Amino acid sequence: MSLSFLEGLKFAKMDTPLHRADPRAKFLMALSFFASSLIFANALALLALLALQIPLLAIGRISRRWLKSLRGGAFLAILIFLMNFLTGQGASFSIAMSIRFVCLLSSFSIFFLTTSPDDLGLALERCRIPYTISFIFTTAVRLVPTMALDAQEIIDAQRSRGLELERGRFLRRVRNYIPILVPLIVCAIRRSLEMAEALESRAFGASERRTSLVTLKMGPWDYILVALSIALLASSIHISRSIQMPSLEALDRIFGLGWRIA
Amino acid sequence: MIEVEGLVFRYPNGFEALRGVDLRIGDGEFVAIMGENGAGKTTLVKHFNGLLKPTRGRVLIDGIDTKEASVAELSRSVGLVFQNPDRQLFSETVREEVAFALRNFGFSGEIVEKRVERILRLLDLSEYADTSPFLLSGGERKRVALASVLVWDPKHVVLDEPTIGQDYLQKERLRNLVMQINNQGKTVVIVTHDVEFVAESKPRVVLMSKGSIVGDGRAEEVLSDRELVDRASLIRPQISELADSLSDRGLPRHLIDAYSARSAILKLLRDKGGCP
Amino acid sequence: MPTDDVIDPGAIAMPQIEAKGFSFTYSGSSNPSIRDLDLEIERGEFVLLTGPSGCGKTTLCRCLNGLIPNFFAGHWEGEFRVCGIDIAKAKTYELAKLVGHVFQNPENQLFSLSVEREIALGPENLGLPRDEIRERVEWAMEIVGISDLRGLAPYELSGGQQQKVAIASVLAMRPEILVLDEPTSFLDPKSAKAILETIARLNEELDMTVILVEHRLDLAARLVDRVLVMNEGELALDGGPREIFGKAAHLMGVGLPKVTLLFQMLREDGLDVGIPIMVEEASAILRELLN
Repeated sequence: MSLSFLEGLKFAKMDTPLHRADPRAKFLMALSFFASSLIFANALALLALLALQIPLLAIGRISRRWLKSLRGGAFLAILIFLMNFLTGQGASFSIAMSIRFVCLLSSFSIFFLTTSPDDLGLALERCRIPYTISFIFTTAVRLVPTMALDAQEIIDAQRSRGLELERGRFLRRVRNYIPILVPLIVCAIRRSLEMAEALESRAFGASERRTSLVTLKMGPWDYILVALSIALLASSIHISRSIQMPSLEALDRIFGLGWRIA
Repeated sequence: MIEVEGLVFRYPNGFEALRGVDLRIGDGEFVAIMGENGAGKTTLVKHFNGLLKPTRGRVLIDGIDTKEASVAELSRSVGLVFQNPDRQLFSETVREEVAFALRNFGFSGEIVEKRVERILRLLDLSEYADTSPFLLSGGERKRVALASVLVWDPKHVVLDEPTIGQDYLQKERLRNLVMQINNQGKTVVIVTHDVEFVAESKPRVVLMSKGSIVGDGRAEEVLSDRELVDRASLIRPQISELADSLSDRGLPRHLIDAYSARSAILKLLRDKGGCP
Repeated sequence: MPTDDVIDPGAIAMPQIEAKGFSFTYSGSSNPSIRDLDLEIERGEFVLLTGPSGCGKTTLCRCLNGLIPNFFAGHWEGEFRVCGIDIAKAKTYELAKLVGHVFQNPENQLFSLSVEREIALGPENLGLPRDEIRERVEWAMEIVGISDLRGLAPYELSGGQQQKVAIASVLAMRPEILVLDEPTSFLDPKSAKAILETIARLNEELDMTVILVEHRLDLAARLVDRVLVMNEGELALDGGPREIFGKAAHLMGVGLPKVTLLFQMLREDGLDVGIPIMVEEASAILRELLN
């Protein structure tokens, strides 16, 4: 068993225009993609939205890890399709809902893959979120890869003691995970206690008015990103209201592709 | 027998942790794999029970290619004890924890009970049999982890960094135990950068650096080789530095531990006709 | 004869660290982790704290920066003062300014994704002005010798470098006392030696008091002024390294430097030529003997 899909959420330090961009601008962009995906319920429109994100992957050089994060979400996407399809929603709509999920996942995956937890913390503080809360949040983000390492070590140790995760029927398989989950939780607790101790000795919470070595500053590119994000959202709203998007069935009829999905 | 031939291992992220390792460890040998952090020691031993499979080359355990066997099958003959006990302890009692592997391997209830009691006695843990492992001290937890592997009596025992976080007395006990299971005919492999621990145990030393083996031989030879030891980010044992500085006075260069240094010094003094 | 007319300021100045009949029992435990401790440590001392695991070393370290009794609950008796401040009455962050604490595992004490921001964290928490933070960060990196690592993330650093960052991060708070709880446990010998030498340099150049918990006595013995050996919560031995290691330290389960052990054995053989704690001394003694 491999935990490589977690790689898809892990920030890695790189120097690209997208990594350098202000986290607030990037967050706005993610939100704009997010909202646009919710506006459309049409498979083609949602595919177009997904396609619009591809240049970002190239700029941020994150396509590989982006794919990994999508692979992690593939199971859920299939589940969403099945739930819709089996409840009689029709193939076209069910496919659209799966693509919508991928779109939502992708917009935030791009954000997290290119935003350092440090910058995220600064952005949250700038938005007047209390430091304690922003610290908890950014630490959680930072701990994901560490806990993934813990989990891998635990899995290795238990497999070395003869644990076979894939053995047995469903219930047995669920039970197989107990020897993984208990040490994982114990490690997390031990780790957080040690971190709390270390934080105490760094005068955490000493001053009401915390200062900061680095501050965020929006540059010209950031404003362009903001403008593009607003434009995206505005055109999504406009298109969804005024233009009738062809559905998959309509395409089928027009081009006679014979998909017979309806 | 553990045979490693032309082993190259690359992690999914592209990092080449092992760059062509050849190594043979015979049955009943006592070997220390040493080197700096990140030299590839742990990556190497994770190949011994198939947790990692070679990118190139092959690993044979008693003639079986690790690519052709499951981790569970290989673990029956290669017991791997990990560095951090917290990354494996999960049971409500020490007894259950130690019995875990036996149950996985399908031993019958009676044998499980017998073996667990025996190993708890051997590791001085009997009084904690019904205690939660989480309530024990760090040194005790480490012993429980060790017991939970030794209990199925693997032919080859591999210990990853067994001395980290252990005090002097705990290390001495560990050393005695390691010697004891080695004397019973088991292969013992320890991964460590604890030079003084190795100097007193005198196993065969395999020195690794940057994914390759850079030295292999008796502890006395490898650990007294200043240049080699330096390359692996280690420091020679104190006694070796002392012996080196006095080699012109007739002290043998290969001394690495206090006990043999004591005999050598006394012998030199006697030969000189001096005291005592 | 005591005289009243001349008051030596040194004589009335309190020791920097002072414990009087101090005991501490963690909540939920029946045995005290520290028993009836009497201890005085002066400014600028380099103290090695050692003893078998569970002897109370870590508990003592936690007293020094007020984690006990503020962060860890429990029952205490007696008095414990650090820089004149009663730890039972101080806020943890007040002591955090005076006492820098470096822990065993670098992974759990680094919180940022760049060395600079990591070192800035403490001063930021204190609410210092940006210029001062910048100055302190530069100073701390300079003195520990990690200025070239400023932009890197912890996971890009070796264990030894991470520990140096941890040291620099507490130095940026400009503490008067540095407490290090087994800082080299996870390091290979060469990195461990480099860390211990860095600590010794801080002690010398900044006249900083250092309390070091360490099992690697082979490396540490030569650097320190004073050795405290704890056993079952009590301060069992207290003295200079030569005095302590020459005596019965090995009975306390302390792993003596190997040259020291060698000469203790030779003494048992009737060869009483002193007890060295460093290779160079041992070498000189034997050279003389073998001449």
